[in-house]
Order: sequence, then C-alpha cells, then structure tokens
Amino acid sequence: MDYATLLQILDSTIRLGTPLLLACLAGLYSERSGIFDIGLEGKMLAAAMASGAVAALTGNVWLGLLAGIAASMIFALIHGLASITFRGNQLISGVALNFVASGITVLIAQSLFGQGGRTPPLEGAARFNPITLPFAEQVQGVPVIGPLYYEVISGHPILAYIAFLAVPVTWWLLYRTRFGLRLRAVGENPAAVDTAGISVTGLRYAAVAITGLLCGIAGAYMATALQAGFGREMTAGRGYIALAALIFAKWRPWQALMATMLFGLFQALALRPDVIEGIAGIKIPSAALDALPYVLTVLALAGFVGKATPPRAGGEPYVKER
Amino acid sequence: MVEKTDVGRQATAAPSSYAIELKGISKAFGPVQANRDINIAVPRGTIHGIIGENGAGKSTLMSILYGFYKADAGEILINGTPTTIPDSQSAIRAGIGMVFQHFKLVQNFTVLENIVLGAEEGFALNTSLSKARKALADLSHEYELNVDPDAIIEDLSVGHQQRVEILKALYRQAEILILDEPTGVLTPAEADHLFRILASLKAQGKTIILITHKLREIMEATDHVSVMRRGTMVATVKTTDSSPEQLAELMVGRKVLLDVAKGPANPGPVVLSVENLRVQDEQKVERLKGVSFEIRAGEVLGIAGVAGNGQSELLAALGGIQKATGSVTLKGQPLPLSGPGADGRTRREAGMGHIPEDRQLLGLIMDFTAWENSALGYHNAAKYQKNLLLMDNTAIRADTEAKMATFDVRPPIPSLAAKNFSGGNQQKIVVAREIESNPDILLIGQPTRGVDIGAIEFIHKQIIALRDAGKAILLVSVELDEILSLSDRIAVMFDGQLMGFRDPETTNERELGLLMAGVTDTSKPDAGKAA
Repeated sequence: MDYATLLQILDSTIRLGTPLLLACLAGLYSERSGIFDIGLEGKMLAAAMASGAVAALTGNVWLGLLAGIAASMIFALIHGLASITFRGNQLISGVALNFVASGITVLIAQSLFGQGGRTPPLEGAARFNPITLPFAEQVQGVPVIGPLYYEVISGHPILAYIAFLAVPVTWWLLYRTRFGLRLRAVGENPAAVDTAGISVTGLRYAAVAITGLLCGIAGAYMATALQAGFGREMTAGRGYIALAALIFAKWRPWQALMATMLFGLFQALALRPDVIEGIAGIKIPSAALDALPYVLTVLALAGFVGKATPPRAGGEPYVKER
Repeated sequence: MVEKTDVGRQATAAPSSYAIELKGISKAFGPVQANRDINIAVPRGTIHGIIGENGAGKSTLMSILYGFYKADAGEILINGTPTTIPDSQSAIRAGIGMVFQHFKLVQNFTVLENIVLGAEEGFALNTSLSKARKALADLSHEYELNVDPDAIIEDLSVGHQQRVEILKALYRQAEILILDEPTGVLTPAEADHLFRILASLKAQGKTIILITHKLREIMEATDHVSVMRRGTMVATVKTTDSSPEQLAELMVGRKVLLDVAKGPANPGPVVLSVENLRVQDEQKVERLKGVSFEIRAGEVLGIAGVAGNGQSELLAALGGIQKATGSVTLKGQPLPLSGPGADGRTRREAGMGHIPEDRQLLGLIMDFTAWENSALGYHNAAKYQKNLLLMDNTAIRADTEAKMATFDVRPPIPSLAAKNFSGGNQQKIVVAREIESNPDILLIGQPTRGVDIGAIEFIHKQIIALRDAGKAILLVSVELDEILSLSDRIAVMFDGQLMGFRDPETTNERELGLLMAGVTDTSKPDAGKAA
C-alpha cells in the first residue's frame, strides 16, 4: 500500500468516523447522567430526514441543520419524558423511538417529495461543502506532512471540525466544571445529587437535550455532508455502532474519539477490499469488517480490554426513597 | 418517672433558645398516618435522641425536616423563625445537615468532589476544589474528622465514609446535624469516635438530632430523648431522668424484657464440624481464610464482627450457596462444598435450616404471597404434595396460617404479598419457616436487622427455645448486644479468620471490640474451642 492510498483511507476514516463520533459523544452525555439511550439511531435518522428536507425546500443548509437538531431534540425530549418523568423502561422507550423514526421519516419524505421516501439530491448552498483549511494548498508540497494536512486534515465540512472540537469541550465540561461533576454524580448516585439539593430531573433533562443536539448534528452531517440528501434507513446502524464505541471507550470522551475513529477505519477499509487483499493476502468479506465493531465491543464488555463499568445508576429511574 | 411534657407549648416562652421546633406536624401517605400532630423542641447546643420502632414515623419526620416531604399540617421553626422547607436546598440554607443511614456518596468520586457536589462556587471546578481543600483541613483539625481529601470513597472504610458525610454537612455551614442510625455499620471503636466527634460539635454550639434504636447510645450520648410510637410522639424526657427499660416500654407500649432469659447451655454431641473452610470471591480474593469450629447440640455459637469480614461468605458456604474448600460434616456426614449436592435444597434435606442475612434478597421473594414464601425451599416436602403433579396449596396455606399464629405475624393474612409486611414481620415469616422445619442445625444471619424491638424480643426467645430443644445454632450478627445475650460461645471474625473463642460470661464489649478490629492481644485467657 502506498502513501497516497493510506492518506485516502485515513481521509475516509474521518469522513465516516465523524457521525459516529458525534453520536458517541451524544450518547456519552445521556448515559453519564444515568439515562441509557439505545435511540441514537432513531434520532440521527430523524435529524437526517429533517435537515435533508428543509435544506431541499429552502436551499439553505444552515436552516436544514437547525431543523435536524430540532427533530432530534424532540425525539430526545420524548425519551426524557418516558424515562425521567414517567420512569419508564429506557430500553423500551429507545427501541420504540427507533421504530417510530424508521417509519415516520420515510412517510414524511414521501409525502413531501414523492420520490420513494428520499429527498431530492442537494447541491450548492443546500449542502455542507468541504472547506480547505488555511495554507493547505501552500504546504501541499512539503514531504509527508504536506499531503497529510491537505488530504486528511483539510477538506472536510465544518460539521466534522465541530465534532472534533466537541471532544476536548466534552472532556473539559465533564471533568473541570460544576456541570460535569453533577452530571457524573447523577449517573453514579442520583440520591447523592438529590440530597445535595440539586434537581436530578433537571440535570437528566439537560443531559438528554445535549444528546439530542449532538445527534441532530450527526444526522444533519449524514444527509447534507456525507451524502447529498436523505434516503430511507440511511443511518444504517451507525447509532448502534456509536453505542458500541461508547462502551468500548468506557464512557470517556478521548477514548470515544479513538474508538469511533477505529470503527470509522473499519468502515473505510470495508469500502476498499483491494487494499485489504493487498495487505493480508486473502480476501476478507466486507461483512466481516462491518461486524468488527460489534465483535470488539463484545470483547470489551467481556473484560478483555480492561473493565468497562457503566455508570452505576444507568438505566434505573430515580425514585426518592422514604 | 417519665415526665410527659408538652414541649411545643413550652417553646413559646423562649423561642430563640431552640434550634428546631416542630409544631403539630402531620403527614399521611394515603390511608397511613405516618406522623400525627408531632411537637418537639430541641434546645440549641444539645444532642436530642429520637427513638421508636420501625415504622414509628422517625424517618418520615426527618424527611419532612430535610425537605423530602411536605407536611400536611404543622409548622417548622428554625431558631424561632417559621421556615418552610420545600426541598433539600432550603433545608441546607436553613442550616440543616443530614447524615443518612445509607450514605449518599458518589462511590467513584474523591472525598473532595463529594464534599463540593452541590456546593460549588462558579462554573469551573478548580476554585471550589481548592477552597474546599482548605476548609476540610480546618474542619478535620477542629473535630477529629481526619480523612484524605483525595481518597476515592469506595476505598474508604465505612467509618471514614460517615466522616465524609459529616464533613459534607459542616462544609455547608450546618448548625443542626441530623444523624439517622449512625452506628449500625460501625465497630464499637468507630462508634466511640463518632460520639467524641458529636460531643465536640455540641461543644461548638451545634445542635444534633440522633435517630437510633440502640437504647445504650441514647443513654450515653443524648441530653433529651423523644419517643415515637405509631406516628405519634409519646414522650419527651430528659435522658438522665429515664432508663432503658422505661424507654423501651414507651416505644413498644408494653413491658419489654431487654435481657434474654436463658438457662445454662446443655451441650450434647457435636452436630456441625467445620475444618479449614476457605472461600474465594469472583476476583480470586480469599474472603474466608481457613475457618475451623464445632457446634454441639443445644448450644449457640455466636460469630461477632464488623460486616464484611467474611461472615456472609461463611453463611453462604455452609448454606450451600457459595463454592468453598475444606471440610464440613453434619452429624458425621460430610457435606459437599462444591459441585452436585452443594445447594440449599440438599442442605435442608440433610437437616440444616438457614435464615439468611438479607431476607429480602435471599430469604423471601417479595412479590410472592406469605404462603408461597413459607413453602420456599421446602416445597418438595411430602406434606405439601397433593399428587405426583400438583402441590397441595390448601395444605401450605393452612400450614402458613398456623405458623403465623405461632410466630405472631401481623397481619396474619397468608395471601398478602411479602413486600406488604413490615421488616419485622417479614423476618418472622422466614424465622417461622426455618424453625418449624425442625432442623438439626440452624444458620442465622443478622436475625434482627431492621426489626423492631418487640419482634426482636420474640425472635430471641424463639432462638433460645430452639437451643433448649437440643438444636445447634450458628448465630452471625453485627450487633454485639445480641451476640452477648444469646451465645453460649462467641467467636470474633476478622479479615476472614476467627480470632479465637470467648465465653460470654467472662468477656465484655471492649475485648470483643478489640478482636473485631483485629487486635488479638487482649490479655484474656482463651475460652477454648471445646467449651
């Protein structure tokens, strides 16, 4: 494999890893607060449809992004309502919302555009186009580093850079701020938060809302940056892979970056069977690569990659004891 | 004489001298009146005890004071000022700090993070943490409250965790400290330390409310004591004017025998013989490190110790629910410690009854009815079978009704789900099931944990009656009083080992307390294995 091919693969790793990263960080906020969210997939799908549709109708991708975030946040708040206010089962609520998203997106897209559940292809200002970072052209000639900067680091849509920026911001919020301390505490022992005079409900709703925000960006990235429009089931299980990455990362932001990029790399390699054949000497079916994130997650859960301890109060509605 | 004072009315004379006054507090949960017209006044700078049986309404009252519940009626005065406490934040602002029975700490946070949580200053954490670090150093110095600010909570002993709870309250400028059953999980030495801390807090003018069911602590630590019974405050007395017997009588509403009346033991042949019993936990850590003892027919062997020193593993291994190595023989027959036959059912068939430590987890199925629960583990008994296929539910029900009558389970309704009985009555269901099966040896773990004083008296009598009927009994309890009053021989467990045997007639709490802390040199002759 030559350097150019490596750079191509790394470039698509970032392209394909970005929605995983956004969704993974989204899940991190919710699960750190003690609300398990299996509905990342559904929120992304809803956001992809809403952003694709609004971008197609208005021709403005930023309005599309806002619509995507709004759609995702509505789903997040329904999940919050079910699991925080009504203390329902978080897994059931998440699965239900995934089904709803799967159906309603096609229904709305079909009734709006009549193109078999897709939105019309987006172009120009209706899409997030790649941006070239400063000096990318100039340093292109510098050996090794130049092409790396030009090919891999530069040339992604703005949402990708937002996703990467979200990693240090999340780390800072989580470990260096009052909000982060409370967020981590409420996922570990809500009773401690409650007796300290802080609203468990408020904190958890805030976390779920951030989840909605980030999933919205992830979905908008799918429809308006990675692809040019919405298509049915276009998220194709990315929400679940993000969830797997979250477990693999043990619910920590920097590790989430590593995990999602690793899983992004698998997806990039699955698209290039020729490269694998060149390295490994044998043909590896792309389905095997698609399955790798899940295999790794099972290994992580089984304790082969250190111990993955979820937030202790995760999945359990908080009920004040007498 | 117990002088029943109407403290609420007295309070109006000099309102400012009281830190807390509650006037006519009532609270109902549906049809259950948890608090009824409660009046109490706590003078500033005193330690005020509140005692009462489980379900007497103590916790509800304190929850109202800490803003967890809103009272249906009544008034709260803090330092003479009428105050409403709609939530915990208001309680904290009013200067009330609460140390719950089950600590409200985040296990994987540091001490400092736990103290700061909810009392942060500004959005960034650093300033809050460094300020708390300074304040913590001052507080530890002032009140003998030493803890490492950077230690992770789950690495700390229970006693230290409790100190963190107290520090949390003090960091929030609490002037009134409420402690709910604070000594349940402490060694005698830790408890003594706690009471020294409380005394120095009192000396600094803080007001302390101590909720406990241990009469000895009330007598030693408090200035005044209020007794609650079935939601009402039946009396408030000066502690020095009272006696444990009077308080117990006020709590229960009838005379209670605090000391268990029992004759001398009449030990027969060895029933259970345990040699070099070892248990490893899932992390391959040895929790039981070679324990050996014998129990004879007609004697009670008491195992004392702070919770978590291997007692649970001992009961589990003997009861057949935990894999172990070593050898155990019951009436000369070896019991398998792992593999086939190492299970509760085979043990029961061999004549071993087991009242587990955690009745709600291991003793009962909470959603099942009392009659279903009373057949648990004995559901293969011939008397419960109608034919090859069906169980004889009518027989089980009739049997349960009889047991409920004998063991005074209230309410005596076999079809009521286990979760709807009080803790004491749940325990009576388990005790009845295991004792009535007429075992040769009975394993008993924490027989009176969370059980009210009337039921304790009853359960203790049953245990002694079983001993006098010539059965062997292994009693594991963290309550030293219980061990001392019921046992014929006492062994103390520390770090998975038995620290020698003592005779309850010649030993005392101090010596046992030292053994519980792992100090073996107590300059006392060993009471010997074959007492």
